[in-house]
Amino acid sequence: MALLRAAAFVSIFTTIGIVVSLVLPAVDFFREVSIVEFFTSSDWSPNLEPQSFGVLPLVTATLMVTAIGLLVAVPLGLGAAMYLSEYASTRVRARLKPVLELLAGIPSVVFGFFALTFVTPILLQKILRLEVGFTNALSAGIVLGVMIIPTIASLSEDAMSAVPQALRQGSFAMGANRMQTTLRVVFPAAISGIAAAVVLGLSRAIGETMIVALAAGGQPNLSVDPREDMQTMTGFIAATAGGENPVGSTSYNTLFAVGLLLFAMTLVINVISIALVRRYRQVY
Amino acid sequence: MATTQLETPPRDAALPPPLETGKSHERNRRSLLFLVSLWCSLAFGILVLLVLIVSTAIDGADRLDSNLFTQYASQLREDETGIRAGILGSLWLMVTTALMSVPLGIAAALYLEEFADPTRWYNKLIEVNLQNLAAVPSVIYGLLAVGLMALGGFRQTSLVIGGALALSLLILPVIIITTRESVRAVPREIREGSLALGATLWQTTWRQSLPSAIPGIATGTILALSRAIGEAAPLLLLGVAIGIRFDPNGILSQFTALPIQIFSMTSMSQDEFQTAAAAAIIVLLVMILVLNGLAIYIRNRFQRRW
Repeated sequence: MALLRAAAFVSIFTTIGIVVSLVLPAVDFFREVSIVEFFTSSDWSPNLEPQSFGVLPLVTATLMVTAIGLLVAVPLGLGAAMYLSEYASTRVRARLKPVLELLAGIPSVVFGFFALTFVTPILLQKILRLEVGFTNALSAGIVLGVMIIPTIASLSEDAMSAVPQALRQGSFAMGANRMQTTLRVVFPAAISGIAAAVVLGLSRAIGETMIVALAAGGQPNLSVDPREDMQTMTGFIAATAGGENPVGSTSYNTLFAVGLLLFAMTLVINVISIALVRRYRQVY
Repeated sequence: MATTQLETPPRDAALPPPLETGKSHERNRRSLLFLVSLWCSLAFGILVLLVLIVSTAIDGADRLDSNLFTQYASQLREDETGIRAGILGSLWLMVTTALMSVPLGIAAALYLEEFADPTRWYNKLIEVNLQNLAAVPSVIYGLLAVGLMALGGFRQTSLVIGGALALSLLILPVIIITTRESVRAVPREIREGSLALGATLWQTTWRQSLPSAIPGIATGTILALSRAIGEAAPLLLLGVAIGIRFDPNGILSQFTALPIQIFSMTSMSQDEFQTAAAAAIIVLLVMILVLNGLAIYIRNRFQRRW
């Protein structure tokens, strides 16, 4: 019994471990670099002299890639969820859900390869005739969106399936057709669950590493043009981790400072998502 | 919009959706357009999956030869480079990860489901904490493992044990959550019957709840492992090397993993490496498909319906 309880507490220790192992090197980092420079300077070049530690370009790149991802994933994920929950027969649903699960099971490094070898050269350059480089935020964002479609689709389908049948029957009895019932009865009734799904997708998109490390590029860039090469927070972590970082060096501490910022962002988002799920469970 | 509502014939509208399918009697243009757009959203995901698999298979088909499986990574002979060290490293990593995370995950889940008092503040804290941990980016687990390895006095972090530590902590919340679901699915009557016959709570858990939940636990665990086998980000943080030219021989051995090799070959400019990366992806996807197939088989074959 004590043993089992100890096992359960491992999860608490994991969180404490994450916070401690991120905060300690980050504190060392902020001894050398002022926190004001970190959040306000718009120049990020930690490895080149003169060094500069303004995290803004990494954050804007992360937000840019994430926004593109959500632009792809939210409509497509919701559409798929509405079809599966409101239109598909039990048999069709049983056949299609495993396909979505399979899409969810593709490793992100494979999606990164797909972005580099298919989406950029064939879809963007040949078919859409866009002038994009080998790596660019657009291609990384699109593929990121594809990766989080299953997350959003499956969680919003759960939320919509949990809407009581009586609400649909009431709507049909008032003469609404299926589209009206889906959009004006089921969708609003499931909105907090759907919002939780989108927020969780957002959190996954911000933290995704391998796609952006391969396809978004390695150049810190404060641009708003998605056709350009830009390095995200996770892209920076992946690129720096590959090199030599002796424990305690500034480059090592920089890694953890960016990691801490990433963890803090996803933590806030996850807490919002958990709170939303709580609320929607209480409704029915 | 009030007019469209009136136009719609209400003849079978009161039927619940499972009884009527997409072929319903709603033939006005907007409804059809809506249905088509829903169809397209779903088809898009399936289409991408197909394109991804087919284009990778075409790219990599030429390199699915014996060299791929028997050779180590080579910078000099690009067209004979292999993923032997990556496959073996990934297998070592998987077994170690499973040994570390499965017992811990099952123990934690049994505590939370069978013994814990859900009204206690620390048990509530564990609940929220688990939900958050399941959504923490995998790259953060890499940073955690780097910190833990330093704490443990290891100067090298790119060892099998380091990778397994990162991956175990990464999939632990998933294993705990799925195990709890399958334990919860065991009906109360089974537990109450056992307790009524004089068994203790511990005996009931050990001999009734846990055995009945094993198929569900196995399915969830295998799916979690199939997620772990494709993870590259935490390993990248640990500095897992690319050019390993020997087989890993224990948990303290240096190693490389299949996703890391795919990442490094994809980052290189020569076409030969891109082809080899595509072939390695096929190998990785086959491994993941086999694990998924096994999980689905166990679910269908052994899962009890109560």
